[in-house]
Amino acid sequence: MSKTKKAELNAEDALRMFRQMLRIRTFENNANQLYLSAKMPGLTHMYSGEEAVAVGICDALLPTDKITSTHRGHGHCVAKGAEFKAMFCELLGREEGYCRGKGGSMHIADQSNGNLGANAIVGGSLGIATGAALTAKLKKTSDVAVCFFGDGATAQGLMYEVMNMAALWNLPVIYACENNGYSEYTKTEEIAAGSITARAEAFGIEAHQVDGQDVIAVNALAKSLVERARNGEGPFFVELMTYRYHGHHVGDINREYYRAKTEEEDWKKNRDPIIRLRSWLVENGHATEEALDEINAAVTEDAENAVAYALNAPYPAASEVDMHVFTDVEHVLA
Amino acid sequence: MSSPMLSMSWPEGNRMREITFSKAVNEALAEEMRQDETVIILGEDVAEAGTPFKILSGLVEEFGTDRVIDTPISEPGFTGIGVGAAMTGMRPVVDLMFGDFIFLIMDQLCNQAAKAHYMSGGKLNVPMVLRTNMGATRRSAAQHSQSLHAIVAHIPGLKIAMPSSAYEAKGLLKTAIRDDNPVVIFEDKLMYQDSAEVPEEEYAIPFGQACVKREGTDITLIGTSSMVQVCEKAADMLQEKGINAEVIDPRTIVPLDEKTLVESAKKTGRVIVVDEGHQSFGVTSEIASRINEKAFYYLDAPTTRIGAMDVPIPFSPVLEDITVPTPEGVFEQAMKLVSGELIDAA
Ligand SMILES: Cc1ncc(C[n+]2csc(CCOP(=O)(O)OP(=O)(O)O)c2C)c(N)n1
Ligand SMILES: [Mg+2]
Repeated sequence: MSKTKKAELNAEDALRMFRQMLRIRTFENNANQLYLSAKMPGLTHMYSGEEAVAVGICDALLPTDKITSTHRGHGHCVAKGAEFKAMFCELLGREEGYCRGKGGSMHIADQSNGNLGANAIVGGSLGIATGAALTAKLKKTSDVAVCFFGDGATAQGLMYEVMNMAALWNLPVIYACENNGYSEYTKTEEIAAGSITARAEAFGIEAHQVDGQDVIAVNALAKSLVERARNGEGPFFVELMTYRYHGHHVGDINREYYRAKTEEEDWKKNRDPIIRLRSWLVENGHATEEALDEINAAVTEDAENAVAYALNAPYPAASEVDMHVFTDVEHVLA
Repeated sequence: MSSPMLSMSWPEGNRMREITFSKAVNEALAEEMRQDETVIILGEDVAEAGTPFKILSGLVEEFGTDRVIDTPISEPGFTGIGVGAAMTGMRPVVDLMFGDFIFLIMDQLCNQAAKAHYMSGGKLNVPMVLRTNMGATRRSAAQHSQSLHAIVAHIPGLKIAMPSSAYEAKGLLKTAIRDDNPVVIFEDKLMYQDSAEVPEEEYAIPFGQACVKREGTDITLIGTSSMVQVCEKAADMLQEKGINAEVIDPRTIVPLDEKTLVESAKKTGRVIVVDEGHQSFGVTSEIASRINEKAFYYLDAPTTRIGAMDVPIPFSPVLEDITVPTPEGVFEQAMKLVSGELIDAA
């Protein structure tokens, strides 16, 4: 099935997705470096390994479509169209960050591209995405909302409340469950009884499971579901089987007590989404190795420039601290 | 129920050693679990991982997965299970990974646990402990940095403990586990690695007894949790100016040892209350108003409050650092009070 879908993909789309996946990986490598060199305040959760999920789905969306993101949100942010400069500025708490330095890694989002926020509460955005879909339906905007969340978030009761309403009201929302096999230091099978897709099906929601390391398969499925959601056939549920390469967060380094090194090596070597798309591009004659290396070099340079810029960018003025508490009060403590 | 009173002194010959706050919590749990097999722990990544802060390391190895129970990320669910288990003969210690998640469990905690004893005319008990944390400046932004104890202190039926060092962390937790009421303990996550002297021997700290950390005559500084350290540093700075500050740690805000606080206010005539919750509608307001009601004619200055700034906690370090009370801030406020300067009634 995925073979025929692969053949349908044109070179331009595939190259764009290749570049976006590389941008996420490169962003994360730099973020990790910033943490390790103690230049980044706090902790951060790396998306490396899961790039095909965010890119395969977001490439099927328009800028006006909405997404909600998670604590592991850099990938969704890049995939929905964000620029490196404002992202690194946010990560470092600088004024030019997407959230003016107020949000940091766990709240990073380019709102102008329809990203309604990364969320530090597991499952915290399930209602928000469903609400965005209600707006789309009531205002007849034909927007679609995609809710990204992890396997761990399927344990939140909120998910079942909103799926019920989304199904009752035929909302144009796609629940995208990124099943990376772990929530923090616990394997998914220890925290999830039964089948995850069957839970959606219990509400009459059409549910799919897809290889989250295969960007072409993810994108093909996303395109068809987005189209159908726009036509009022939603909601939908997708479980994307994927893997995070790093620890739960950048500080989770000694992790062999819950996850074997050999398992990590296997996913990195044999199922990496970027390597897989790269081979497909070359094998099908869509690009040469050299051309792909050039893309890589350009992305690397872009990231390095953005990091250098962000490291020297100004912090917000102290007077910003009591701004943005209310929409209609400039300084709430003045 | 409650153990021998042990405020700041302990029996002669009791050996002391320095341990971290986190180790103190671990010891309290281990000791109580050894003595009472109805004590169980429920929460996310509490077993093998020993929580993200590694506080519970070693407990699952000793007590097994029947008593140290890893849950899915279902806070209202496992808190509710804790309430039900407590009603029927267990003593669950529910582990809520971040204090901010208390908003997810408000119904189970405030409508169920807090009210069951009252609504049943005294027939049902909920001997459950909710262990959670508080405290900003970890660069974790607005949903992982809040100090929300005032919100639950507002609900009758819940006792609230706020340990200020390893010593209190152990002694208060042991009392909490033995208490037949629901107790919420807020641990400042920035103190987990701080060490303090803790007796080798077993001890427990009674609820509702404030601890006078340092005696003074000119001004009273009341601090909760890590704000005790802030007050002590401010007291050192005041000492250099010849001002003698008394520092008091209420230890539990419900029950509140009003007597000790009011007596101190009467003695010094000036009080500052410092707490890391948002300043408005918070713990500082409650304590200040009780002092104003009960010690008004003894006061030389209005009782003032210093809480966290009334804004969500920002990520950027330059902003986050100015939202929390500091020794310098307490010192400056104290200088104003003792010099009789008019306080801007903010
Ligand atoms: C309501 C809530 N409970 C617990 C946490 C702590 N926490 C942060 S991430 C995480 C694991 C989430 O797992 P999953 O949803 O699978 O996402 P992943 O990290 O694997 O991407 C937990 C327990 C939280 N942030 N919010
Ligand atoms: Mg996961």
